[in-house]
Amino acid sequence: MSAIGVIDYGMGNLHSLAKALERSAGSQRVEVTYDPDKLAKCERLVLPGVGGVRACMAELQRLELDAFVREQSKTKPLLGICLGMQVLLDHSEENDGVDALGLIPGRVVRFPDPPAPKPGEQRLKVPHMGWNKVHQRQPHALWQGIPDASWFYFVHSYYAEPTSPEHVLGEATYTHTFAAAIGRDNVAAFQFHPEKSQQAGMMLLNNFIQWEP
Amino acid sequence: MLAKRIIPCLDIDRGRVVKGVKFRDIIDAGDPVEVAGRYDAQGADELVFLDITASHEDRPTLFATVEQVARQIYIPFTVGGGVRTCADVRALLSAGADKVSINTAAVIDPDFVTEAAGRYGVQCIVVAVDAKRVNKRKEPPRWEVFTHGGRKSTGLDAVEWCATMVEKGAGELLLTSMDRDGTKSGYDTELLRAISANIPVPLIASGGVGSLDHLYEGLAEGEADAVLAASIFHQGTHTVGEAKEFLAARGINVRLPPRAA
Repeated sequence: MSAIGVIDYGMGNLHSLAKALERSAGSQRVEVTYDPDKLAKCERLVLPGVGGVRACMAELQRLELDAFVREQSKTKPLLGICLGMQVLLDHSEENDGVDALGLIPGRVVRFPDPPAPKPGEQRLKVPHMGWNKVHQRQPHALWQGIPDASWFYFVHSYYAEPTSPEHVLGEATYTHTFAAAIGRDNVAAFQFHPEKSQQAGMMLLNNFIQWEP
Repeated sequence: MLAKRIIPCLDIDRGRVVKGVKFRDIIDAGDPVEVAGRYDAQGADELVFLDITASHEDRPTLFATVEQVARQIYIPFTVGGGVRTCADVRALLSAGADKVSINTAAVIDPDFVTEAAGRYGVQCIVVAVDAKRVNKRKEPPRWEVFTHGGRKSTGLDAVEWCATMVEKGAGELLLTSMDRDGTKSGYDTELLRAISANIPVPLIASGGVGSLDHLYEGLAEGEADAVLAASIFHQGTHTVGEAKEFLAARGINVRLPPRAA
């Protein structure tokens, strides 16, 4: 029986994500584990994550999951979420600079300190926390059935800057326009939390579960 | 652009939603999962559950409630009330809460906020601050932090305290005006603006909502990032959807359902 592997490397609460995947999974099993042997048997993998990138990469390395994820992403669909998206790029400037998995060329940078608002303008804060619209920049199997400019739930202070626009699947605007969804070959990743984004988010997870890249 | 958030607040007592006026005349208002599902369907952006159960021995009931809600609700929710230790934080997050709200425990030991944020990430640590105006008439406005439902003064200046809490690791602040709470006379927008202009993290306004105009004032004049309200939604005066339509018509950016593709 095919399964969806949620990579559990101790970075954050996987409860809602696992529940949301289970709801979409139908007959597919959802396996939450750090065991590479079990993950290798899964048909598709999800890399979640919250917290700091240094601790995240350190845990992936300690559990010998870094090389594993790189290798697995060549042969099966991989979904990165939030920090699990940021570690897919080459490098993050968070925590004084940390090299990441390098599956998608580019880097991760912090939002600039927002300027004081002009009259009538919204005062912006960092973290970027709450619901924002995601504009789809290219057709992708994961956008199937999801209206363009749908709302998704974000919580982050850093964002991805892919080197090539061809890896940008969707964008949102805060202090400026940034990549909210990225992808390359078997890999797709979102800065926002689909598991917290109501119907649109559930549909994305559903699309991922059926994705045959 | 980022939407302003509308957040219904549910008081929970021994696994049931309750409503009352200032903790008196408390009546049963239903099953948390049902009530949460109703607000989710109306377009609530997040939910806050405040556990007011008197006895700590009833804690397992709260965890069961949080688990049930997490299984059925796919928007973020915060749980507060009686969060005193990292073990409390962990238990609520493992039960499925997205964020926990810390109030009195932060006053007793500010480093608890740092410890919790360090372990679980700033994104899930909300610090709740209850503030009360203490300046004399004709003096410039000043607010102090109170605990125990507004009965116990701490001597801490509310604006300074909020800045300290952000330094300690609060990812978000939930600010309640104890002068306005339960009065339905509107948020203390002066208090909100004093904090919002001085802190870098999102601010949730609470205390005093009696009408949709009040929500608008909290967001537009108070510059809050989110508004929390209880009675206008619980008493069926307005749905969350009506509140959003009202705010959108006044130029506030809120999350409305997308038009069909």
